[in-house]
Amino acid sequence: MRLDIEDVTVETAGARLVEDIRLTADSGQFVGLVGPNGSGKSTLLRCVYRALRPAGGVVRLDGDDVHAMAPRAAARVLAALPQESSAEFDFTVAEVVAMGRLPHRDRTAASDREICAAAMNRTGVAHLADRGFLALSGGEKQRVLIARALAQQPRVLVLDEPTNHLDIAHQLDVLSLVRAGGLTVLAALHDLNLAAAHCDVLYVIAGGRAVASGAPHDVLQPALLAEVFGVRAHPVRHPETGAVQLLFDLLPPKTFQPTT
Amino acid sequence: MPPLVLGLALLLLVSVVCGVGLGAAGIGWAEVLRLLRAGLTGGTIEAGDVSAYAIVWEIRLPRVVLGAVVGAGLAAVGVAVQAMVRNALADPFVLGISSGAAVGANAVILLGAFAGLGVWALSLSAFGSALAAMALVYAVARSPHGLTPLRLVLTGTALAYGFEAVTTVMVFGAARGEAARSAMMWLLGSLGGATWAQVPLAAVTVAAGWAWLRLRAEALNALAMGDETSAALGVRPARLRRELFLVTAAVTGTVVAVSGAIGFVGLMVPHVVRMLVGADHRRVLAVAPLAGAVLLVWADLLSRLLLTPAELPVGVITAVVGVPAFLLLMRRGGYAFGGR
Repeated sequence: MRLDIEDVTVETAGARLVEDIRLTADSGQFVGLVGPNGSGKSTLLRCVYRALRPAGGVVRLDGDDVHAMAPRAAARVLAALPQESSAEFDFTVAEVVAMGRLPHRDRTAASDREICAAAMNRTGVAHLADRGFLALSGGEKQRVLIARALAQQPRVLVLDEPTNHLDIAHQLDVLSLVRAGGLTVLAALHDLNLAAAHCDVLYVIAGGRAVASGAPHDVLQPALLAEVFGVRAHPVRHPETGAVQLLFDLLPPKTFQPTT
Repeated sequence: MPPLVLGLALLLLVSVVCGVGLGAAGIGWAEVLRLLRAGLTGGTIEAGDVSAYAIVWEIRLPRVVLGAVVGAGLAAVGVAVQAMVRNALADPFVLGISSGAAVGANAVILLGAFAGLGVWALSLSAFGSALAAMALVYAVARSPHGLTPLRLVLTGTALAYGFEAVTTVMVFGAARGEAARSAMMWLLGSLGGATWAQVPLAAVTVAAGWAWLRLRAEALNALAMGDETSAALGVRPARLRRELFLVTAAVTGTVVAVSGAIGFVGLMVPHVVRMLVGADHRRVLAVAPLAGAVLLVWADLLSRLLLTPAELPVGVITAVVGVPAFLLLMRRGGYAFGGR
């Protein structure tokens, strides 16, 4: 399923958090959002999974405006992993995954169980089914939440920094898991090398605007990275895969301007 | 899970019979059962049984039934409020409802307000002021982002202090022996004034509120995980929270109007039930109202029996039972408060 973000603008208390962003994710594509903290990535994603209504612009799924769709109908085709994690009620893993079935109609207890079991098997959390969600490690939690998203049987998946707080093995694990699903994916990612390795298309967001987009190695150029992230980047080739990897330094001090 | 529901339903039935069978006037069990059956099946009783019949059918039974309804309502609403503000330590009274209702009730008890409404003055005034208090809390807590849990709790708590101050002024200004005692009784909650006339409205409101909550059980699960998660699952968190607020106001207002402010049931019962059946609201909402009903029937029975023929406010019993049980549960680990 194709996802189009058309000139989306978000305003809060007079401040523009997101300004006229256009983005397209073709069916089955993995599209990454990168950008410094506070650049508007999460805000943009919230507009996509309907937690936020944009002040202007439209988000379309195969041409349909998601904010005009019935909430459950939208949730049947689009699932999300928001960054929040509530720690008040100790649901079991099986219960958390079962929440993914909520938007669906015509379901039976048996079919729900089957779909949830399949989702948990795919993300390797079946053995945790009866454990409390709150007591899990960060990596386990993330895999459980992905299982919930898969149980939702969506065609588009939105991920807000899915690799936060995960060790490197779990980071790779989570992204390849998502990648293997064949879904259209829109993900905000912090790690530029992970983003470069997993995304088909990258959008660079800075100050609420999309300042660059394209194939990762075209986008992640030293000049742009210096401008947007304030770092000096050295592209090098991965010795085995040949993928472009970046090494970083702070920019030389002389480029810092006094803020007063 | 169904065995637990069935067991609780049976236990409730037994509790109701016990509640009717025990009391200040010693009426034998065989007698009580015979009179209950006579009332249910339309049999005849002898002339000598008339006063015992009246005690069973006109005094004890409405009180026990109302106790069960109030307990079920408080437990159901406790579950709703905890999910609404995403805090397992919240209860209906955190939102300022009971203190708001107390203002209305005490205006009637102490100042003789709304005398034109006759016997309904107390209930209607309590209900009206509960709703008014909720409306005020709602209006103050509202923000451009809708009702956020923290704002709701803080607003409710702050306004509750204000309402309590108003009540206190009334008690100090108007207290005359019996009226002050009756105001006190009301503040701590009592089923002493129960009549059949109060049962239908309370029962219908509680049943309707419970049914609505059960329909929304899955959405409550999503809401408990967070607003963004809810939105991604096709639930509108702001709208659901508004609806929960209304249902909570209606049920709590109705319940508080007939029984006063009985604490701890709305807080304790959801907790204990979650320990037994887990956090899934589909199961919690099936069990909690039954457990609340059983608890309140027994608490009310104790409040009548401990100092016979005097009565304690039932809120004292729920607190005496509730506080140690609560601390025990909290210390026993295995139960996650805000994480670990």
